[in-house]
Amino acid sequence: MEITLTVNGEQVTRDVEARLLLVHFLRDELGLTGTHWGCDTSNCGTCVVLYDDEPVKSCTVLAAMAAGHDVRTVEDLEYDGVLDPVQQGFMECHGLQCGFCTSGMLMSARALLDRDPDPDEHTIREAISGQICRCTGYASIVRSIQWAAAHPEGKQ
Amino acid sequence: MSAQEFVDNDQRPLGHGRMLRKEDRRFVRGRGTYVDDLQLPGMLHLAVLRSPVAHARIVSVDTLAAEAHPKVKAVVTGAMLAERGLAWMPTLSGDVQAVLATDKVRFQGQEVAFVVAEDRYSARDALELIDVEYDVLEPVVDVRRALEPDAPLIRDDVDGKRDNHCFDWETGDEAATAAVFDRAEVVVRQELVFPRVHPAPMETCGAIADYDRVDDKLTLWATTQAPHAHRTLLSMFAGIAEHRIRVISPDIGGGFGNKVPIYPGYVCAIVGSMMTGRPVKWTEDRTENLVASGFARDYVMQGEIAATRDGRILALRSHVLADHGAFNGTAAPRKFPGGFFGVFTGSYDIDAAYCSMTAVHTNKAPGGVAYACSFRIAEAVYLVERMVDLLAAELGRDPVDLRMQNFIRPEQFPYTSRTGWVYDSGDYPAAMNEALRIAGYDELRAEQADKRSRGELMGIGVSFFTEAVGAGPRKDMDMLGLGMADGCELRVHPTGSAVIRLAVQTQGQGHETTFAQIVGEELGIHPDDVDVVHGDTDNTPYGLGTYGSRSTPVSGAAAVLAARRVRDKARLIAAGMLEVAPEDLEWTKGRFDVRGVPGVGVTIQEVAMRAHGAGDLPEGVEGGLDAQISYNPDNLTYPFGAYICVVDIDPGTAAVKVRRFIAVDDCGTRINEMIVEGQIHGGLTDGIGMALMEFIGFDEHGNCLGGSLMDYLIPTALEVPDWECGTTVTPSPHHPIGAKGVGESATVGSPPAVVNAVVDALAPYGVRHADMPLTPSRVWEAMQGRATAPF
Repeated sequence: MEITLTVNGEQVTRDVEARLLLVHFLRDELGLTGTHWGCDTSNCGTCVVLYDDEPVKSCTVLAAMAAGHDVRTVEDLEYDGVLDPVQQGFMECHGLQCGFCTSGMLMSARALLDRDPDPDEHTIREAISGQICRCTGYASIVRSIQWAAAHPEGKQ
Repeated sequence: MSAQEFVDNDQRPLGHGRMLRKEDRRFVRGRGTYVDDLQLPGMLHLAVLRSPVAHARIVSVDTLAAEAHPKVKAVVTGAMLAERGLAWMPTLSGDVQAVLATDKVRFQGQEVAFVVAEDRYSARDALELIDVEYDVLEPVVDVRRALEPDAPLIRDDVDGKRDNHCFDWETGDEAATAAVFDRAEVVVRQELVFPRVHPAPMETCGAIADYDRVDDKLTLWATTQAPHAHRTLLSMFAGIAEHRIRVISPDIGGGFGNKVPIYPGYVCAIVGSMMTGRPVKWTEDRTENLVASGFARDYVMQGEIAATRDGRILALRSHVLADHGAFNGTAAPRKFPGGFFGVFTGSYDIDAAYCSMTAVHTNKAPGGVAYACSFRIAEAVYLVERMVDLLAAELGRDPVDLRMQNFIRPEQFPYTSRTGWVYDSGDYPAAMNEALRIAGYDELRAEQADKRSRGELMGIGVSFFTEAVGAGPRKDMDMLGLGMADGCELRVHPTGSAVIRLAVQTQGQGHETTFAQIVGEELGIHPDDVDVVHGDTDNTPYGLGTYGSRSTPVSGAAAVLAARRVRDKARLIAAGMLEVAPEDLEWTKGRFDVRGVPGVGVTIQEVAMRAHGAGDLPEGVEGGLDAQISYNPDNLTYPFGAYICVVDIDPGTAAVKVRRFIAVDDCGTRINEMIVEGQIHGGLTDGIGMALMEFIGFDEHGNCLGGSLMDYLIPTALEVPDWECGTTVTPSPHHPIGAKGVGESATVGSPPAVVNAVVDALAPYGVRHADMPLTPSRVWEAMQGRATAPF
């Protein structure tokens, strides 16, 4: 079936199988491999993208369902050569190690700060609690998001 | 801003120190390259058909319908592999493992057939079209059942095999230990179960095999922590000359030991590419990862500790029943079938120790990999740290006091343990005191007493660990005959920047930063100007890979010594440039100056240009500025630490909340404090996971009960506290910069701290011990006086 959706601000049209998952559409059809896949059960959250500005697990969405919607992936966070403050925060505060959960964490962090620019620690932990990081123990991710909240314009 | 922006941080060091990671630039942009991200022209996709049952004879495998699928390019069974001599492959422990089952399946999830198709969905579709008839046999699921005379025989593939015995191993002095136990005033015994858990890295295992028929050359992109070892083993097994195999380990989404073994899926991808002449990708799904790839732990330990009435620990004794699954795939040095469990005497100066181990086969997945445990030291530390706490409870002593009384004293190092391990350096009381200070231990005990009087359940758990990491000296340590030394090659370019090529590979540990800092410290070349090349066997020197916390102890030392060799050569060249004797030069980071003549000197960059330039070099000095070495460590390194865990337990629900966790780690010299702390944070989370929720269980039919992330629970941000870390520094005397490994310290040290805290909290209920995982239901049962082993 043919679908048309907006991915990272660009309209894309593709002929896809009805059962194709959005995560595989992004990775295999569009080559946007920054969005990862890590489980079969929507538990790990490495596949989180923004879907009409809300964080969703792209393994729970069929590509066909995304027709007409707006999808934003990690590749779109950097704007005009400038990193998003959440990207900067993760670098500044060692919010990542192997990098596999990072894209999903960044997208959840972006969505959180868009709706709550000054979240407390518990709010941050809740916002990322649908995602698993096996490397960092989360404290540095929390600090990374706090850094981004404290630097809404990024590092000058 | 440029791509360099954030490496330019305020504390940017020219060498050791806190430095932001170089690799993060690509990861935060989603531009890492993991195996599954790669797409090669003409690439096909492979899916593996796995056994739904734990133990069965294969009656027939019908692949006709799958072969007829329009997008299928190949369907392969065990019988077809057997024709090529590839149905069985060697494991890292010298056993064999079926690539695809030919005679029997021996665990649920075992590989039975594979399909190669044009896309990943079609490959999975075709698996449904394969019809396998199984004659189901009784499974052996319980490790205690395995050696019963009437237990079904699992390994009937091995000639002459009559039972499920895998190996026996022992360490220490049995008679001397028995003598101490016989006359001891106090003896405490406890069975301790360290259940089967799984490393479960966020990226599952996978590979892309690209076999070039014309040149007989195989390129394998694989999620491997040991690319060189895999190349050698693949060559020996698949019959391809080693120089025609290139193994590339690109960005890896976490390893934790899970990616040390060679898996059947890698071999299937190679066979698939050979058969189709096209690149073939295999990516396992999460269930495959959890049910069929390398597990960890699965030890049932009988612990015994002997002491005097006034608390001096005299001896430790243990018998271990080790479940190695259907095939012995343990990753451990050859002479150490029980890994480094022999360090189970821990951090204490005792008179005698003895351990015997019986390993068995069961109808469970093979493996027995690390999961960040430094070759079974997690199990060893859990044993001794629970036994010491049990002794403290028996004697009515504070667990900190009892540990302090029995520590190996600072002046005893280097210390040879009763089981023959030479601990290189340590100051245990200092680390413990620092943990007590950060925790406010006395105040915590006062708070606990107050809460107990009100019926609230608060627990304080202490553990102290010593690890043995950095395998290892060639005289003692090899895997399948491959010595555990690491190569390293360093080249300084004419303009003064450099490239270092490593035998080890990173799975998130930050090698691209740390190793550049090592070179920076030794040569005064800025870490930004040092490129780190790793994970590609065609472009790096030989070595055994990243696991067992060995990168810094072994390859880190190799990098230091290569840099110092370069510096020695640079000194000769500098002496020629300045027309003085080499010994008249004084080295400060990055430059040689003529001693006593201020302002007369040359930088390392100037030396590099001269080394490659047209001018004359001193007699006997070759051009270029590079060095290559292979580092064979003198000994392991012995990091240690003191951990304190504070838990609150809801008496109504029995849910355990970890409120605080204090971790004081001593890993000798720290190259990058930030990265070291990150390693510790991750390990603490693993430890809380194992202690409270992670569990690969099985039902009586051999069905794996931990086969998805809905059943195999991993801590999220809500289950762990903010970490309170402290540091002491006791350098290793034999490592060239005094560094020790740290990657697994926290995973090893934290489980007993959590369990000790939970048991401490439950003291009012008379609970003496409860086995992991301490889920609410299991804690509740302990509170009702019905604590049972998890299996």
